Amino acid sequence: MRYIPNSQADRQQMLAEIGVDSTEQLFAGIPEKLRLRRFLDLPKALSEPELLEYFGKRASKNEIEAAAFIGAGIYRHYIPIIIDALISRSEFYTAYTPYQAEIAQGTLQAIFEFQTYIAQLTGMDVANASLYDGSTGLAEAILMAQRITRKNKFLVARTVHPEYRAVVDTYAKNLGIQIELIGYSPDGQMNLEQLARKLDSNTAAVVVQSPNFFGTIERTHDVAEIAHKHDAMSITNVCEAISLGILKPAGGDQSEKRRADIVVGEAQSFGVPPSFGGPHVGFIATREKYVRQMPGRLVGMGKDFSGRRGFVLTLSTREQHIRREKATSNICTNQSLCALMATIYLAIIGPKGLREICEHNVLKTDYAVTQIRERTKFHVLFSAPRFNEFVVQSPLPLSDDRRAREGFPGLPLRRFYPELGNARLLCVTEINSREQIDRMVQGLAS
Amino acid sequence: MSKQERAAGHFSINESLLFEEGSPGRRAFDLSPLDVPLKQLGDLLDPELLRGEIDGMPELSEVDVIRHFTRLSTWNYHIDLGLYPLGSCTMKYNPKINERMARLEGFAFAHPYSPAEMIQGALEVQKTLEDCLAEISGMDAVTLQPAAGAHGELTGILMVRAYHESRGNPRRSILIPDSAHGTNPASAAIAGYVVESVPSNKRGTIDIGALQRVVNDEVAAIMITNPNTLGIFESEIAETTELLHGHGALVYMDGANLNALMGMTRPGDFGIDVLHINLHKTFTTPHGGGGPGAGPVAVKKVLEPFLPYPVIESKTDGTYSFNYDRPHSIGKIKAYNGQFGMHVRALCYILANGAEGLKEVSEVAVLNANYIRSKLKSAYALAYDSASLHEVVFSDRLQARKDVRVWDIAKRLMDYGFHPPTVSFPLIVPGAIMIEPTETESKQELDAFVQAMLAIDREAQQNPEIVKSAPHTTRVGRIDEAAAARKPILRWRAG
Repeated sequence: MRYIPNSQADRQQMLAEIGVDSTEQLFAGIPEKLRLRRFLDLPKALSEPELLEYFGKRASKNEIEAAAFIGAGIYRHYIPIIIDALISRSEFYTAYTPYQAEIAQGTLQAIFEFQTYIAQLTGMDVANASLYDGSTGLAEAILMAQRITRKNKFLVARTVHPEYRAVVDTYAKNLGIQIELIGYSPDGQMNLEQLARKLDSNTAAVVVQSPNFFGTIERTHDVAEIAHKHDAMSITNVCEAISLGILKPAGGDQSEKRRADIVVGEAQSFGVPPSFGGPHVGFIATREKYVRQMPGRLVGMGKDFSGRRGFVLTLSTREQHIRREKATSNICTNQSLCALMATIYLAIIGPKGLREICEHNVLKTDYAVTQIRERTKFHVLFSAPRFNEFVVQSPLPLSDDRRAREGFPGLPLRRFYPELGNARLLCVTEINSREQIDRMVQGLAS
Repeated sequence: MSKQERAAGHFSINESLLFEEGSPGRRAFDLSPLDVPLKQLGDLLDPELLRGEIDGMPELSEVDVIRHFTRLSTWNYHIDLGLYPLGSCTMKYNPKINERMARLEGFAFAHPYSPAEMIQGALEVQKTLEDCLAEISGMDAVTLQPAAGAHGELTGILMVRAYHESRGNPRRSILIPDSAHGTNPASAAIAGYVVESVPSNKRGTIDIGALQRVVNDEVAAIMITNPNTLGIFESEIAETTELLHGHGALVYMDGANLNALMGMTRPGDFGIDVLHINLHKTFTTPHGGGGPGAGPVAVKKVLEPFLPYPVIESKTDGTYSFNYDRPHSIGKIKAYNGQFGMHVRALCYILANGAEGLKEVSEVAVLNANYIRSKLKSAYALAYDSASLHEVVFSDRLQARKDVRVWDIAKRLMDYGFHPPTVSFPLIVPGAIMIEPTETESKQELDAFVQAMLAIDREAQQNPEIVKSAPHTTRVGRIDEAAAARKPILRWRAG
């Protein structure tokens, strides 16, 4: 096998050294009745050229243009070439978790930079080294708020990504957590009156997402203020991290009462490809005072014993390898390499580039919405301001499924929001050209 | 160091934080010109919604960015540089073709919400990987959704819970041997279970007698690792699974050490009901400096109804689809369907090996570990005499007499050009040194490591100070972790 260096001659020498005749003898600890005495039934081994052909064929079966206007938590943004050049360095991608700080300073400093960027963008005090993704991040945020408040009731906007809510349900159901959903208003935002009615002193936290699943920008600071009035925490979820470049961050308000306590989300938009749903990169940011209740790894700045600056994994007494069943989370890993991609992306794009990308997203989305309104019979739902996604409702009856599947762009919302009938969620980013948008609108019009 | 020795000095360039670099007006990126009508943002978005400048975000040129991260990268040890003898972590070579295949445009830009007919290639890759993992592990069905090993543990235990609930009682506790990974008890706790620890016996394996005393009808499952974290095969595994099954409990296996077993024996054949598999260990997806990993979970038929949704189905016409209609499912454990990029890499590795190749992998992994065992056992105390499979656990007992502890040995190895082994784990071995070389190391590399370990032992006996103050050749010395944790600085701030 080409990934095994030792030749048969090497192996014979080593066996002699050990004092056995064959590798078979080394497996004597496995009872004979449990041994597999046949080869595994697997596809036959392929040479490298055969592998190229095998995967090339399957990759080309995916019609990626079909997703040109699908977002829904996974966004297609331009990915600068530099990112792949840098993360393809073995020094980064073949390194282990940086437990041995002296020979992992590269990874550690990069994660420290990631933490800084996320804190800056969200307006929060601190961020961790990343989480698996946005959906599990939101579940972790809810568990964190339960630990801090020792309360179990959570009010969650229905406009939060439906799959994120599904993941939260899976985590929550054995931990005594009750999730109550808050509906949306005709403008496509969380219904704040309903929220105020349902809030009480048993409420641990309120969860809102902005931009929400419909692409609508939520009034996250109002939500925080309402939550805080009832001593509940405020959690803001962000699926579309690019929006942080232009929208007032949930952690950034002059008034403490209007600041979120936890901002959690998905940073896939920062240079990480959609990759059929993963790997992406979750983040979580919070206030200084809650840092010891955070899940996942944290990198801290410190000094070695000669006073040189260095970085190191810190506050690990929260974590499973020390605390076992009393840990803040069962998480062992983060998404280091994807966090590195996001860090490189932000370094490349810079504050001005990020703002320009945001402007292009908003303007192109506005253009698409205007064109659909003017040229087609589709209704654009929800009046509140939007970032780069919007919901359209087809004039065709729901039963016209075939047409819907073949001809229409975007994600059908029926599975998640049956009350919206044959509505679809569309996304337009800086990489969608005007020509592409015009073609899409043309398709809807015909 | 003489020139025969492995590590030599080389310059390492200092580099500030990104936030201390940069200069206003530098750019590394240009957008294509806007091709839709320009409007004032204020007309579209209420100014109340907009943010001002992002405080402290640097402006950098392309060369700035390249140099910055390239310099940082040179501060890392990595598998392409040399042996990574981390027990339980299975740091093996990551084949380059895996990377190339995961980056194919049709994979990297596929969207899971595209209509099924537009993503047949991705679904086929996932289904094929599921089938391969089921065969390797001897199980009936696989979910690829969990994002990492610990996430797979949680998924598996939630399925155990759903199984018991479907029979009327979720039961109360999970039994976990004291040699287990810390993630095991943490995952069981999140699934709402009480954790009961089971002691190991003198041979380093599960103590069946002790187990008999604690198992009862309120035990939901036992979580075992096999080979266990000492690298020892649980020879009474069949008796263990029978005992648990006799009480209606299930058996969970932490598949972290599957690298020792491929083609030799299958968890499904020794009574395991559910196990997770770390693709970043046995199946060569890169560790990435701490993730992304991937933790598929394989189950027996009885647990299949409880798999996270969606499940991938293959139809008779050769097409594939996601089935979301799974009434008994534990739900979703992650958005979409797992770390697909890792799935491509793992399948690429399995197909490169085939059945004979994977068996050879396990054989040589075990051979390499035993070679190290035989070379080091006179200088370092073996924690247990039992036969080792893919990893071997020593302790620092012989060096501790000179007050040289496992941590010192680990740090000193860096001066010899090696990453340290896993240390202080498993917890049942005081001063544990856990070495897993993997099959992708040559005899020369193993010999160099052995020489380094023996040299450190000699130093420990003759000149312990040099070991206790190591490392001496790295760009930073030991970081004062206690100080860093007392007043944590977790981000850069201006000023």
